[in-house]
Amino acid sequence: MSGELLQISGLRAGYGRIEVLRGINLSVKKGEKVVILGPSGSGKSTLLKCIPYLVRPWSGEIRINGLVVNPDPATLRRIRASTGFVFQQYNLFPHMTVIRNVALPLELGKGMSRREAEKIAQSILDVLGLGELAEKFPLELSGGQQQRAAIARALAIDPKLLLLDEPTSALDPELRYEVVETLYQVAKQGRAMLIVTHELDFAEAAADRVVFIDEGLIVEEGDAKEVLERPKKERTEKFLRRLRSRL
Amino acid sequence: MDISRFLFQILPYLMEGIPVTMQLTLLSFSLGLALGSVLAAARVFGSKPLSVFSRSYIEFFRGTPLLVQIFFIYFGLPAVGIRLDAFTASVIAIGFNSAAYQAEILRSAIKSIPEEQYLAAESLGMTTVQTYRFIIFPQAIRVATPALVNEFVALIKYTSLASIIGVAELFRRTEYMVSYTFMPEIYLLAAAIYLAICLPTSQFSKMLETRYAIPGYKRALV
Repeated sequence: MSGELLQISGLRAGYGRIEVLRGINLSVKKGEKVVILGPSGSGKSTLLKCIPYLVRPWSGEIRINGLVVNPDPATLRRIRASTGFVFQQYNLFPHMTVIRNVALPLELGKGMSRREAEKIAQSILDVLGLGELAEKFPLELSGGQQQRAAIARALAIDPKLLLLDEPTSALDPELRYEVVETLYQVAKQGRAMLIVTHELDFAEAAADRVVFIDEGLIVEEGDAKEVLERPKKERTEKFLRRLRSRL
Repeated sequence: MDISRFLFQILPYLMEGIPVTMQLTLLSFSLGLALGSVLAAARVFGSKPLSVFSRSYIEFFRGTPLLVQIFFIYFGLPAVGIRLDAFTASVIAIGFNSAAYQAEILRSAIKSIPEEQYLAAESLGMTTVQTYRFIIFPQAIRVATPALVNEFVALIKYTSLASIIGVAELFRRTEYMVSYTFMPEIYLLAAAIYLAICLPTSQFSKMLETRYAIPGYKRALV
């Protein structure tokens, strides 16, 4: 119990009448890196969005650091202050410079002064190699730079758990590389990460555990190398083969 | 035509109407913006009854002629004991009318901000109020600006309707002058004056747009 940062049990969710998640049980330990794999439409992204209640689950329980997630606004703010979220389409705020994007959550959430917040923001940007771009606006950057800035923004609040929803899928192959490099760098910081991605190399090198989801259920999970090299289930194996042949 | 009479008698007489036209425009635009904001807020955030009320208001004022609205407020309201002078009645009628249009401009600007922006703000732990204040409104106002300036330019011209109930604005003075001199070309002069006011306003809008444009944002070609 003590080592568990995130515990999900019996999670069901969907849109309208369509059930997307049909009973997910999953836990993530402090500092653990977990990669979620699965075909499109399998519910990976919905699962990730349910954790900070960006999508409201139908039933089931989500606990972060022992705190049960519920729709109460104060609880949600506490939960969201301890989880960072990186979107597939970056979703930076286009009317603010990069540094304002990163500093704003600190000012609003932690009550920091603008100066303090921007100092921290600048240091995060520097670490990720984006220091030079601090005064640029998001739409002036390449997709890869935008996604790295979005990762910086998610890291600003110093979350215990970083959720990444296909952070490289919207990018050209040549731009993916720089984002994957950033992911490796973040993975080294000791923070727990739950990542939906098709980057198998990253999964193999950086993940502790791989979870394979299909049709709203966990099909297989286990040690990253084990699952990627010797999947036990046929569906996992088929999926991996298709993914590798595409690369 | 006697040029000196034109320049020194007729033109100055018409131009005295410009401040009245501009006061009518500014006051009714401001009234429209204030009321329009409330109506837009009622539609975006309000409960069902509020939203229905706001929608009915908008449909009513957009679906009936401004001239009828001016007449109703100036000649109709005294029947229930509300007596307004012509200037005030014009400001209220044009302002109430413009509120309907401005409400729709503001509402559609807010609605044009993609869902993902709300999600991103939520994911960072922002409250609903913070999300609107720091993320949605600053983007929406940029979307709304060209349409709002457009509405302002439209109002400059609509204020000429106030002449019918006797407000001595630009067009009322034009009519006096025409009936006094029998020179219909004075209408052309009035048109030129309206144009001279409207053109710089449109230019001002372009300037605002460029100045507050979101860097890197490519406007869709319409």
